[in-house]
Amino acid sequence: MLDASDSYVTEDGRTIGGVVMEMKNITLRFGGVVAIKDISFDIRQGEIRAIIGPNGAGKSSMLNVISGFYNPQEGQVFYKGKLRPSMRPYQVARQGIARTFQNIALFEGMTVLDNIMTGRLHHSKANLFEQAFWKGRAEREEVANREVVEKIIDFLEIQTIRKTPVGRLPYGLKKRVELARALAAEPSILLLDEPMAGMNVEEKEDMSRFILDVNDEFGTTIALIEHDMGVVMDLSDRVVVMDYGKKIGDGTPDEVRNNQDVIDAYLGVAHD
Amino acid sequence: MFYREAGDFKTSYAEDNQTFPVKFDRYRYYAVLFMGFAIIPFLINDYWVNAIFLPFLIYSIAAIGLNILTGYCGQVSLGTGGFMAVGAYGCYKLMTAFPDVSILIHVLLAGGITGIVCVVFGLPSLRIKGFYLAVATLAAQFFLVWLFNRVPWFYNYSASGQINAPERTIFGIEVTGPNTEAWATYLFCLVILTVCALIARNLTRGMQGRQWMAIRDMDIAAEIIGVNPLKAKISAFAVSGFFVGIAGALFFAVYLGAAEAGDSFGITKSFLVLFMIIIGGLGSIFGSFAGAAFLVLLPVFLKNVLVGTLGWPTDLAAHLEFIIVGGLIIMFLILEPHGLAQLWRVAKEKLRLWPFPH
Repeated sequence: MLDASDSYVTEDGRTIGGVVMEMKNITLRFGGVVAIKDISFDIRQGEIRAIIGPNGAGKSSMLNVISGFYNPQEGQVFYKGKLRPSMRPYQVARQGIARTFQNIALFEGMTVLDNIMTGRLHHSKANLFEQAFWKGRAEREEVANREVVEKIIDFLEIQTIRKTPVGRLPYGLKKRVELARALAAEPSILLLDEPMAGMNVEEKEDMSRFILDVNDEFGTTIALIEHDMGVVMDLSDRVVVMDYGKKIGDGTPDEVRNNQDVIDAYLGVAHD
Repeated sequence: MFYREAGDFKTSYAEDNQTFPVKFDRYRYYAVLFMGFAIIPFLINDYWVNAIFLPFLIYSIAAIGLNILTGYCGQVSLGTGGFMAVGAYGCYKLMTAFPDVSILIHVLLAGGITGIVCVVFGLPSLRIKGFYLAVATLAAQFFLVWLFNRVPWFYNYSASGQINAPERTIFGIEVTGPNTEAWATYLFCLVILTVCALIARNLTRGMQGRQWMAIRDMDIAAEIIGVNPLKAKISAFAVSGFFVGIAGALFFAVYLGAAEAGDSFGITKSFLVLFMIIIGGLGSIFGSFAGAAFLVLLPVFLKNVLVGTLGWPTDLAAHLEFIIVGGLIIMFLILEPHGLAQLWRVAKEKLRLWPFPH
């Protein structure tokens, strides 16, 4: 068993660091409905961590707890070794946690470029007056942010649609723009909520490649929810399996695949 | 052929970020500025200024202000008339209390006061959205007009309940009061409008504008990437109030000369400015100008055609005018729901390819 601060090297030669985020005994209720029941797991620096489970298992709720949308009734979230007080989503974003949504949540009225530039929000410090007269920090930061954004645009191969309004784009590209916007924030943890939902095989391959590249090149820690088992087993270093709000498995893809509870949850047995 | 981007290369991000990235647009913009500042002042007389130019310039400022709030930040406001009244009465109180201070400073301060008032009435926007927010701002409209009519301190206890703009000068040239020159009032408003438009453009093309638009397009997603919804909405109300307040101050001090809250800044004013930005185009600075021009020029134009050219009786023409303007607005919204600004964008896209359609 590894300690929280230990690091190790994976089979494909990537170094996985210590625990960067730890969820301890999280319980989340909506009135009488228990969405998440006493779940604990951790995310290590530089790894790709998948959360899987049948529909309604509480995966998205878990992601919403991490990104600050929901505050759990019980349990603690530790981020970079410190207990995180309950905070608003925009405060969580400022701490370096970015995410994408299951149903694309882009700003339809803005161009691709503006959408991605929005991700650079907390990398700019210019106040309202500097912005009003386009002087000083406002001007400098705009150019500096643009440089970072252009790198991400190159990286995700969306140069040709740079100035297209997002509303005109097809689904697959929108997903990519949303990933770009999250990446523009240069997050330490990237949360992906079903990044491959509704895609064909080719688009899934592209997206998988982008996720691996992001992890590899920027060293970004990634936590993702996905339904395509093939993709999950190929991409992730460790997998959490949830069912009915409870954690029923946690470990490497191989461990999870052979876990009897997980097999039951997916193939179905009578719950007692 | 005439309008093209081909060959217009940019080698830095700063060049690509500028307000008019296309060379042709830039030259057209300089030409319009030259016309406005160097040619029109020599040609106009009192009729032109009072019927067309002053209302157009002042409503443009108000439309830019409302467009920032409604078009960019997505917060519907029906309180524009009331906020213009705050600017007007604020300016009046300042003008009478500090007669030695420049009118320019009074106008800017009136804008600042309106910004603060606007923020106060904008606070409910954190809890309510859409139509409900519109109703909340409608309350601001009625409350403010009531306040300025009922509390005599605001109109300096004058017997008529009106406020009258005293004579004030800039560089020794009168811009308010009964003895102003046409070109002086015109240039005064034009300078303020130009600065306001530049500020609005800078704000909306940068990070602040992106925050506003993010809140408008999807507030949940905006919050998840780090937009503080409180700050974004409040700043939109403040900036919008600033512009609307300046418009109100100018409308009273330079254009009307004498005003009464209920008559000059009633609910019809709120709707007029709202129609301007809807017809002009939500979320577009150019749209604010286009909408103001449309609603200021159209009635004047119709009057001139019906009464002047066709020789119809004035009262018949006045009623027909309402029917025609109303009909045109409806037609417009059906044909081009995104307003004149969208029409302009489409025309430019067409021109880029003209005369070769493929």
